[in-house]
Amino acid sequence: MPPLLFGVINKTKAWFAGRTGMPLLQPYYDIIKLMRKGMVISDTTTWIFRFGPVITLMTVFIAGLLVPMGSFDAPFSFTGDLILFTYLFGLSRFFTTASALDTGSSFEGMGSSREVTFAAFSEPALFFAFAALVKMSGSFSLSSMLHSPLEELSIDIAAPLVLLAIGLYIVMLAESCRIPVDDPNTHLELTMIHEAMVLDHSGPLFGIISYASALKLFILGTVLLHVIFPFRISISWVNWLLYILEMLVLAVSIGVVESVMARLQMKHVPYLLISAILFCAFGFVLIFR
Amino acid sequence: MTNLINSLLVLILALNLFALGSSRIQSIIHTAAIQGVLLGFLPLLVHSHLNLSLLFASLTAIMIKGVLIPHMMSRALRNVQIKLEVEPLIGLMPSLMLGAIATTFALLFTNQMPLVAEHTGKLIVPAAISTMLTGFILLTTRFKALTQVIGYLILENGIYIFGILLMGAMPMVIEMGVLLDVFVAIFVSCIIIGKINKSFSTMDTRMLSSLKE
Repeated sequence: MPPLLFGVINKTKAWFAGRTGMPLLQPYYDIIKLMRKGMVISDTTTWIFRFGPVITLMTVFIAGLLVPMGSFDAPFSFTGDLILFTYLFGLSRFFTTASALDTGSSFEGMGSSREVTFAAFSEPALFFAFAALVKMSGSFSLSSMLHSPLEELSIDIAAPLVLLAIGLYIVMLAESCRIPVDDPNTHLELTMIHEAMVLDHSGPLFGIISYASALKLFILGTVLLHVIFPFRISISWVNWLLYILEMLVLAVSIGVVESVMARLQMKHVPYLLISAILFCAFGFVLIFR
Repeated sequence: MTNLINSLLVLILALNLFALGSSRIQSIIHTAAIQGVLLGFLPLLVHSHLNLSLLFASLTAIMIKGVLIPHMMSRALRNVQIKLEVEPLIGLMPSLMLGAIATTFALLFTNQMPLVAEHTGKLIVPAAISTMLTGFILLTTRFKALTQVIGYLILENGIYIFGILLMGAMPMVIEMGVLLDVFVAIFVSCIIIGKINKSFSTMDTRMLSSLKE
């Protein structure tokens, strides 16, 4: 499912530009093609370079296990797993940057420095959002936290949820390197963030990286969907359909955002992320009021 | 219903921050326009029963604030051929922070205010205060005349939100009168900005103090 989101995003962008665009399943073909290829590994790198992408994929996958998909409970959940969730993302980022720095290329160093700088802004936003949700639901585990707004849709819950949704949307775009923050299609190393870090990875390792980034978008999108559409129906297969539909709509909306906006200047990106922090913080203040 | 009103007001708060954080005058104009349209829908939601005059008033407000005034300002902007607020008195980041602090205090202080019971759950008062303060910040910290006009418009939006509290007591005619005043004021100032720019080839209001008789 996750790479399909990229397919939908690309299709939306192509439609906006009046092109036919690549097939919906192209991201899958790309990953399969990459998996079959050989690898070129630079002599200067160490084991970190090879293990980085694998560890990234694993941490993102484990983080995904903590999030309830649609109306179903997450496979794992315990009190306080929201902190584990955030720092699993942190760990995956650490290994991506570490394996990028391992090559010693100056472009990759630049990319890593940008990635870490922007992550420092998006993490507080995520925590403010989680704190607001914790206050709203009175529970410290992601599974029950994200499910609870639907049970007690009280008077003063909608306004903070709107704020949290805006904030989380920006965080999602930043974390999965979409356009206002980073352009995934850029060909100039100077303007890259995430792409610059994976320049030296090839073959299966690059396939793993692309799958991991799709998975990251999918997981953050799932968290966001719980905030945007807290309603569920009691029939379970309708819920699945609804969830898939919501996910596709979210992908289309990302495609629209990418088509109508240009990438921000590097120095303006922190403004956007700080406004995301502010939105989440306001949501938090509104609940505490 | 309260949920819907609060969501709308929260969007207005978000637009306030956006207006403070962007440096392109055109995008600030768009922000003010969207805010005007959202505000036009507000009286329809606050009143439980719809009547024709209310619908008319709300439609007029949307037309004037969402279409007419932004259109005029965009034209004035094209005439003077500038795009950016280059150097505000305080930078974009500090003014964004100032706006955020103002909004937070507005949210926190509303609890201390003695409000009528039917308004306590709603965010009308904090949204009004925060929008007015945003207008003040834009008015005082930006030097381009056009941005100051937008600041004035956002300030008026804040007062309009306050006016919604009195909707039952105040006849719609007063609201319409205010709307007309705003329209005329902005119409005149857009012309004046064009003239100032033509005569002095700048829109910087700091230069006005150097005028002599």
